[in-house]
Amino acid sequence: MAKIPRVKLPKKAKAGSVVQIKTLASHPMETGLRKDKKGKPIPRLILNNFSCSLNGKELFGADMFTSVSANPYISFFITAKESGSYVFKWTDDNGEVISVSKDMAVS
Amino acid sequence: MSKNIQQTAMIGRRQALKAAGAGVLALGFATPAQATPEEVSAEIAKLTGGAPATASDKVRITLPEIAENGATVPIGVAVDSPMTPDSYVKKINIYAEGNPYPTSISFALTPTGKADVNTRIRLQKTQTIVVAAVMSDNSVLTAKKDVKVTIGGCGG
Repeated sequence: MAKIPRVKLPKKAKAGSVVQIKTLASHPMETGLRKDKKGKPIPRLILNNFSCSLNGKELFGADMFTSVSANPYISFFITAKESGSYVFKWTDDNGEVISVSKDMAVS
Repeated sequence: MSKNIQQTAMIGRRQALKAAGAGVLALGFATPAQATPEEVSAEIAKLTGGAPATASDKVRITLPEIAENGATVPIGVAVDSPMTPDSYVKKINIYAEGNPYPTSISFALTPTGKADVNTRIRLQKTQTIVVAAVMSDNSVLTAKKDVKVTIGGCGG
């Protein structure tokens, strides 16, 4: 859980324009189906939820299950309406939350 | 079962061993449960509340025809929608029919931007991917696409 997810979002955007946000978290996304060398199943540990919010309002979210690849990549589009700090959150099976925030100026 | 073993034991030790071996083999295959097209349909029925979903060309799936590495398969889903508060896509769910668990990822959208998402998923084997898009009026649109997987990516 050491690495901070990468988020790509334009620094500036024109009001009303549609911008793409790309996110790449760093996580093994252990499925719970694999076995270690002794044949013991490795317990499931995945990021199960992702959300992007602005000023406390959720703009985009995702529920992830075991068949999402390691280092989950998610990209989506939003309409630039107001400037502010966009908060991206990932939650794992243990309830740990990784959070990243990025500013975008809308003019 | 125990009666069976007793019978085989009477036949001979070698055959009994064989029978036990067959049992173990069968168990070994049964443990990682496999999703089926029926399970995927059942998941979609949960979304629609039992009503049939509509296959629609408004839902477009971008997926390679042949995925060499099943551990990361890029997939994109775009839905034709104005994405206004009156008419937008609420949810985009991706199902994999041949994976151990059918549901892969479920996106929750709000009326902003456009309904176009990209991610990477794991695929166990050559199979059909089903995408269901829940619109703001609760209608469900679906689309399907086949993908050939060279090396499965679920571990196991």
